[in-house]
Amino acid sequence: MGHSWRTACWVGLVALLLFVPITGLVLSGYGLQLHWQRPLWLAGAVFLGYWPFVWLWNRWRSGSQSSSRTAQSGHAARPGRAWQRPLGIALALLLALLLPFLLGKYGLGVVTLALIYILLGLGLNIVVGLAGLLDLGFVAFYAVGAYTYALGYHYFHMSFWLALPLGALLAACFGMVLGFPVLRLHGDYLAIVTLGFGEIIRLILNNWVSLTGGPNGVSAPFPTLFGLEFSRRAKQGGVPLHEFLGIDYSADHRAIFLYLLLVLVVCTMIYILVRLKRMPIGRTWEALRENEIACRSLGINHVTVKLSAFGLGALVGGLGGVFFAALQGFVNPTSFTFFESAHILAIVVLGGMGSTTGVIVAALFLTVLPEMLRDFADYRVLTVGIAMVLMMLWRPRGLRQRRRPVFQIPTAVASGQAGVGGRDDR
Amino acid sequence: MDLYILAQQWVNGLVLGSTYGLIAVGYTMVYGIIGMINFAHGEIYMIAAYLTAIFLALFGLLGIQSLPVVLLGVLLLTVFFTALYGWSVERVAYRPLRHSTRLAPLISAIGISLILQNYIRISQGARNQGVPPLLDGVFRFPSDSLDQRFIQITYLQSLIVVVALLSMALLTWIIQRTALGRACRATQQDRVMANLLGVHTDRVISLVFVMGAAMAAVAGLLVTLNYGSFDFYVGFLMGIKAFTAAVLGGIGSLPGAMLGGVVLGLAESFFAGFVNSDYKDVFAFSILILFLVFRPNGLLGVPEVEKV
Repeated sequence: MGHSWRTACWVGLVALLLFVPITGLVLSGYGLQLHWQRPLWLAGAVFLGYWPFVWLWNRWRSGSQSSSRTAQSGHAARPGRAWQRPLGIALALLLALLLPFLLGKYGLGVVTLALIYILLGLGLNIVVGLAGLLDLGFVAFYAVGAYTYALGYHYFHMSFWLALPLGALLAACFGMVLGFPVLRLHGDYLAIVTLGFGEIIRLILNNWVSLTGGPNGVSAPFPTLFGLEFSRRAKQGGVPLHEFLGIDYSADHRAIFLYLLLVLVVCTMIYILVRLKRMPIGRTWEALRENEIACRSLGINHVTVKLSAFGLGALVGGLGGVFFAALQGFVNPTSFTFFESAHILAIVVLGGMGSTTGVIVAALFLTVLPEMLRDFADYRVLTVGIAMVLMMLWRPRGLRQRRRPVFQIPTAVASGQAGVGGRDDR
Repeated sequence: MDLYILAQQWVNGLVLGSTYGLIAVGYTMVYGIIGMINFAHGEIYMIAAYLTAIFLALFGLLGIQSLPVVLLGVLLLTVFFTALYGWSVERVAYRPLRHSTRLAPLISAIGISLILQNYIRISQGARNQGVPPLLDGVFRFPSDSLDQRFIQITYLQSLIVVVALLSMALLTWIIQRTALGRACRATQQDRVMANLLGVHTDRVISLVFVMGAAMAAVAGLLVTLNYGSFDFYVGFLMGIKAFTAAVLGGIGSLPGAMLGGVVLGLAESFFAGFVNSDYKDVFAFSILILFLVFRPNGLLGVPEVEKV
């Protein structure tokens, strides 16, 4: 106990030293304002928070050692809950379909944006969560998708439905071209190269005024449905949707349409991802993440496997970008800063890397919650940062680390014993 | 081409490059010893910039006027507190992850980077901050020139180069000649073996973070005095540039960091002066990507052999 007192005092003292100059002395012009209470409060909080933190940390440490037993019992009980999963999915889908009628226009806009972030999170999840490649310039592919639609419309009157595959493919091409040389290198270099690439794309979009309009951006039109427009009056001989269907015009139609379209795309993407994870390629991604040297010595071509993950992630990012341009009706480089990449990364990390459900929950959480807690807007990014660090301390391998697909010998289950041979015992 | 403009760009590049080099030291030493890219290092530099302004203002409030006393006092205080930040970051966010997955420390570093940026933004405000001009005056060569035909070096610019060289010399001396430096080199070569032979490797790694942060603090002080204005976002760009310098010189190599810094500074300054100043950041990032792709070991680095 005496030892822990001393340590806590040390921690508090260091915290006080750290907080005094930055929070206690605030610059105003060339002078200073004194806020002598703030460092005291903060250091006091650190001092008092030391014991609960250490207690939790030790508890988790000892918990993680005996966790294989709890995982085992949880796994044996799984067949009894087999009906829960489809029911959960059905309920979620029903809620997703009813949501536009429950929420107002503003709420729907927020949820639509959240869906785009789910899409982006799913894309980055392939790269970071499954393949274990840290991509810090994911926003570049997002920007490629968004600008493909905006510039495509601006110069060639490209329709949304053409831009959707084209933007995705273009983003994938960018990803491949960038990824191919870099993926041969040491893993950490990828992070910094993608970071640099993201900034290059943003700076070019910002500076090449004659092509992209620079900081003023480019506008992008709203998508049409089989050539039918969502405006009150159609342009140049087009037919507005409400006239075609014989219903009254409502500005909500287009918002609902985009929302439902995104729900469809996100669901398709989730389905594809769930299948991909079980396919050999998905298994290889995860194997490569866990031990690259072992995989290479087993004859796996690490470059092509990584490239497939990187390209697929970029493709999904491009898809998200096209939707973003359509939703905003306007794109400019300020939407594609490094912070945006960090935000998407936070979605993947807080969702528990590699978990699809986690990504969905985290994306909803990180998009909807800030809208509800406007008063705490200043503390949003700070909290996200703290959560990222804590997540790494707590579960660096992601939430679903012990729930890999395993094959079990049927007789072992039938006789009431958990399968021993097929278990992943890590 | 005007020879004087060329020489002037040379001077500007050298000054810029020495600050890149100082920050790059932090990246290169940390990478050398634990093989990790410390993404939060740019924010450490940013904190140093704020601390410089805060301590300058504090000395102003206390009524200390003498320039050498102020400069030395601010330098010591800034270095001490920045190093404390560097040490705490390592202790809190990296050390517990030493035996974790490869990605964990990187993501943790991004988290720390977000935390430090917003910690500064919330406590000091998002607006641009500045420091009063302390050291005015220029050297001109030739001094009797009337039109544009001269090279000028401000006192501050020469101070930057001199202080950067002195700090690098001090650091090299520490690494090459002292027992601490020997422990650092031993840990870098083989951490487990060094540990077995009685080197307290955890303490050495902390020390490396402290030294890296101290060098970033020197850079933060010099750049802040030179440019006079900064905000909570300056660490991001400076961080990538300095990392580029570290890669350019060969990551893990101490003289390489300084060389890389100077080369990058010169290249950037010439590009901005003679090609296009809008795209000078794009140019720097392109150098980074090209070097990582075609010559990942940099100018002075040795090839990395991955052992099982």
